[in-house]
Amino acid sequence: MRAVITVIGKDTVGIIAKVSALLLKYNINILDISQTIMQDLFTMIMLVDMRGATPSDLSDELKEIEKEMNLSIRVQNEDIFNSMHRI
Amino acid sequence: MINPFEILETINMIEKENLDIRTITMGISLKNCVDPDIDRACEKVYNKITTYAKDLVKVGKDIEKQYGIPIINKRISVTPISHLVDALDEKTTANCVKLAKALDRAAKTVGVNFIGGYSALVHKGFTEGEMALINSIPEALSSTDIVCSSVNVGTTKAGINMDAVKIMGEIIKKAAELTKDSGGFACAKLVVFTNAVEDNPFMAGAFHGEGEGECVINVGVSGPGVVKCALEQVKGEPFDVVADTIKKTAFKITRMGQLVAKEASKRLNVPFGIVDLSLAPTPAVGDSVAYILEEMGLEKCGTHGTTAALALLNDAVKKGGVMASSHVGGLSGAFIPVSEDAGMIAATKCGALSLEKLEAMTCVCSVGLDMIVIPGDTDSSTISAIIADESAIGMVNTKTTAVRIIPAPGKNVGDVVEFGGLLGSGPVMSVKNYSSCEFINRGGRIPAPLQALKN
Repeated sequence: MRAVITVIGKDTVGIIAKVSALLLKYNINILDISQTIMQDLFTMIMLVDMRGATPSDLSDELKEIEKEMNLSIRVQNEDIFNSMHRI
Repeated sequence: MINPFEILETINMIEKENLDIRTITMGISLKNCVDPDIDRACEKVYNKITTYAKDLVKVGKDIEKQYGIPIINKRISVTPISHLVDALDEKTTANCVKLAKALDRAAKTVGVNFIGGYSALVHKGFTEGEMALINSIPEALSSTDIVCSSVNVGTTKAGINMDAVKIMGEIIKKAAELTKDSGGFACAKLVVFTNAVEDNPFMAGAFHGEGEGECVINVGVSGPGVVKCALEQVKGEPFDVVADTIKKTAFKITRMGQLVAKEASKRLNVPFGIVDLSLAPTPAVGDSVAYILEEMGLEKCGTHGTTAALALLNDAVKKGGVMASSHVGGLSGAFIPVSEDAGMIAATKCGALSLEKLEAMTCVCSVGLDMIVIPGDTDSSTISAIIADESAIGMVNTKTTAVRIIPAPGKNVGDVVEFGGLLGSGPVMSVKNYSSCEFINRGGRIPAPLQALKN
């Protein structure tokens, strides 16, 4: 399953490092990554290959990162975006 | 890769604009549960529902997590229970209530939010079992928690069964009396239909129709908040732009529904039925159909122009949604339940929205007079007459209409009745003080209109 990970929040040191370290732990492969500042907020979007892991597996540890770095992080099956925006 | 703006648009819709899947509803046929013995019938019903729907809630939750889209309710609809009553040796109220309790127990065991189908279709006449079921509705709804009931009293093809209309006025009054401590709550679980649809996933009117298969997954989407926010971007633009904006938004919302429906159908190994592309409001601020109408330029929902605005909205929702799903069905359109819509509640309180205006709006919305609280001392014949008016609109316009009305015991115009949860709170609306009693007492059938003669 391919998933889209979105990280939104105030820019700070180590966001990518923290998130990608967690992905490494679950053997999740990053396929694409983009980051931008939108409406003053740091926005990182990653396309990943979950390789058997599910969004629920990561949820506890992601919550910790969210809390620690004051971010909002989401892992969603890529299909939700494809179905909404592509015919 | 999808571009970041599109990804953020989706996330925004879910986070800030209340986009959600309102319900995954599993339709289950109970045709093979008929039995002359009430206890055996109850056992068959309980066993079948708890077997077929055992994974429904879990699958719903899994999909919710994996896609990051909230799925508010998981529900079950079943074959109209009147079929089971007809097969019973003893068609008594007590036996009907036993069946209702079996439904309630089964639904609670599998953990769904509602179960619908305590229903009878009597648009042309009654069988013994249907009459028994209808008479048991007040007791059945007041002695169960999550069972929903509906009665179809008219169709375009058959006309209106005015005997049933008369009875339903009395049944609604009784149901309210039996639940007077909760403001007549039982009536919130009871719908009187004309042209009822067989694959509706929304409550309280869901049942698994005669033409349906063994088991099916139907999904109801929501998203008035998303439409409202989209319209904020086109302030002052002509209606062509408004309609286009609604269509595009409805398309996106419905695609979510289609995705969830397909996924649920695959995981549960149950055929996919339809997506019901309705705009279903909730009492949450920012999730209101009334606010969409106001966004189009009306100072308050219910003022002159509201019917036109709703007609445009209802049509654009269908046009946008229909291309997004392989099978669209159910009620599909815009719902206007008063107590479940923050904007409708406000409009009623300030006097902008009246029962008469709502009746006009039901000519162009997807259903009918929904979640309307009226004074508790309203005569049952007046309630029947309200049902008759609404049925006539449905019959002549070949559309589904419904009446879900609550004569709240002890309450008068100006009072507000709290139902809680998705059902919200309803300000008591005034009804005409002139009698319709003689009209209702005539009984018989209003013949099918000319529109029925299409063959």
